[in-house]
Amino acid sequence: MKKGKALLEVKGLRVAVAGNEILKGVDLTIRDGEVHAIMGPNGSGKSTLAQVLAGHPAYTVLAGTAQYEGKDLLDMKPEERARAGVFLAFQYPVEVRGITNSYFLRSALNALRRERGEPELDPIDFLQVLEAKLKSIGWDDSMMNRPVNEGFSGGEKKRNEILQLAVLEPRLAILDETDSGLDIDALRTVAEAVNQLRNPKRAFLIVTHYQRLLNYITPDVVHVLADGRIVRSGGPELAQELEAKGYDWLRDGVMVS
Amino acid sequence: MAVEHLVGAYHAWASNGAANAPAWLKTLRDTGISRFSELGFPNMKQEAWRFTSVAPIAESSFELAKPASALPSLEAIAPFLLDDETSHRLVFVNGFFAPSLSLLSADGVRVESLAQALADRPEIVQAHLCKYAASQDRPFCALNTAFVREGAFVHVPAKAVVPKPIQLLFLAVPGKSQQIVMHPRNLVVIDREARASVVETYAALEPEVYWTNSVTEVVVGDGARIDYHRVQRESARAYHVAATQTHQGRDSTIHLHTVAFGGALSRHDIGTVLAGPGGTLILNGLYLLAGRQHADHHTTIDHAADHCESHEYFNGVLDGHSRGVFTGRIIVRPGAQKTDSKQTNNNLLLSTDAHADSQPQLEIYADDVKCTHGSTVGPLDPRALFYMRSRGITEDQARRLLTYGFAAEILGRMEVALLRAQLDRIVRDRLAAV
Ligand SMILES: Nc1ncnc2c1ncn2[C@@H]1O[C@H](COP(=O)(O)OP(=O)(O)OP(=O)(O)O)[C@@H](O)[C@H]1O
Ligand SMILES: [Mg+2]
Repeated sequence: MKKGKALLEVKGLRVAVAGNEILKGVDLTIRDGEVHAIMGPNGSGKSTLAQVLAGHPAYTVLAGTAQYEGKDLLDMKPEERARAGVFLAFQYPVEVRGITNSYFLRSALNALRRERGEPELDPIDFLQVLEAKLKSIGWDDSMMNRPVNEGFSGGEKKRNEILQLAVLEPRLAILDETDSGLDIDALRTVAEAVNQLRNPKRAFLIVTHYQRLLNYITPDVVHVLADGRIVRSGGPELAQELEAKGYDWLRDGVMVS
Repeated sequence: MAVEHLVGAYHAWASNGAANAPAWLKTLRDTGISRFSELGFPNMKQEAWRFTSVAPIAESSFELAKPASALPSLEAIAPFLLDDETSHRLVFVNGFFAPSLSLLSADGVRVESLAQALADRPEIVQAHLCKYAASQDRPFCALNTAFVREGAFVHVPAKAVVPKPIQLLFLAVPGKSQQIVMHPRNLVVIDREARASVVETYAALEPEVYWTNSVTEVVVGDGARIDYHRVQRESARAYHVAATQTHQGRDSTIHLHTVAFGGALSRHDIGTVLAGPGGTLILNGLYLLAGRQHADHHTTIDHAADHCESHEYFNGVLDGHSRGVFTGRIIVRPGAQKTDSKQTNNNLLLSTDAHADSQPQLEIYADDVKCTHGSTVGPLDPRALFYMRSRGITEDQARRLLTYGFAAEILGRMEVALLRAQLDRIVRDRLAAV
């Protein structure tokens, strides 16, 4: 197995939303530099896992722990998690009315810089940072003066999440179906951006339904989440097997064992 | 009793200060006062006043404003000015024209006090005054008409383009001894294919109690365009009742922006008539209230001709025990085919004691039209809050940013950049800096 330090260690995590238990005991360890993929049927709890790691207040942790850099992640506010380097690319990015994309992004980046004891960026310095990042995802600045995600197409919203990822440079990036709704070219651009951002100090947790994305981004580990549990983990070949066979054979396996 | 008091004040004034007016004007005033005394103050049993009680006005007694004993200095009024960004400026103090604070220029465009216009060349005033703002069922408008004397007169001749905004500033300097009432009356006439932009501001230097009862008529000719900005920054203890009535011709454009920040009680009736085909109207409003402020916006968009477009956006930000009322009436007359009308009214409640009433009223008598409306009342969007927090922004800052964004959405549509920046600063200050 890999040697990196454990960045995220989830143990026996059980989570409920609106009174229903969705995650029923999840164990997951992600080390520095690793890329993990999570696949699984609709409604199995993938987004729940992603949201609970980001600190969404609607989700109630019933049991279990999540250590991030050795700290109790579940005890931190969402903004503290973000400042500690956790980033979630939302499955359904949210529209923020009246705030331009660039103002939003600068506020977020400055919040992180303050945390790190770095000086805040004024609009001009920020523009320089932004230009470079925009280039890396093949975007011009035409989306920057529009309100965050408002009126963006589905694909534009997803790309915008990747732009934020590139600017905020997290240590743990969770991508919840960032590939859904992207055309083939956009998918490749997003994958390339992720590959560029991949480094020994940064880990990824990628939720996806499609093998396609994993052709571009080769994961270290693939997990299958079904009915609130990780029912199988393996190498990249597991994704191919799922693509060919679907999920039923795994579900049956769970029920039998 | 307050009605009698006002009627009495009228007769005293009409036989003395206003005695030498031309006959047509006297008739107008007399009709105004008799209509007002018939109607009296509105009450909450009337549909148009369901949510707003004017008892605080009706139960107080107000004296007709007199000229201020001393005019404020230019420095004192600087926060309300647009400096170099104006082509003309008319300043009124307690409803009286103050030439020394004004900025006039002889460029073929008439921007002068209404009293001056009535004295010099009354024909065009006579042709338009009181032709648009109906007093029939509106007591405050009737009352204003009774006291027609002073206000701003703007006439932009055909095809003229006024490059910089025209500012009309109404300042209240009431003094402590008595409560005053002012009845400013404005007339803005933009002839065929002309273009202008106007900023009409109501403000006070001290947090006094007074009452402004203003009426503005805006007439826009065929193919003309006006960007009209109306800023209500009255004292937080003042009463502000106003009517803005526009009438626009074929292929003309009106962008009408309005913000209400001040006043203990304010009511603004906005009426617009799209009288010729191909007209475009943007009606863009913001009310930002706190404490026990009450602001009522009563808007009517009258699609009287075909192929016109109207977009109405009103956002309210309500804190403390404040209350915002919005009525959005849209009339599409028979024959106004291909009308395209959109209306939204969104209210943000920052406190559990704040309250908003939002009533769309659609009256559609044509069949080939597109009309949509939507209104919301509620706290900040929790999804947006979490989204921002997940990017490292604190909950407190996220709240302020989102609230600011709500207001900025409206300010962002205003054409006059300097005014936009001034209002933006006020909003930021109110929200304790974002
Ligand atoms: N806020 C909520 N209120 C009620 N139920 C919820 C809420 N969030 C999630 N659920 C339920 O939890 C279950 C798991 O949802 P989740 O979004 O985690 O699934 P998912 O694996 O991401 O599915 P998909 O592949 O369709 O995105 C679903 O049955 C969903 O309806
Ligand atoms: Mg999901």
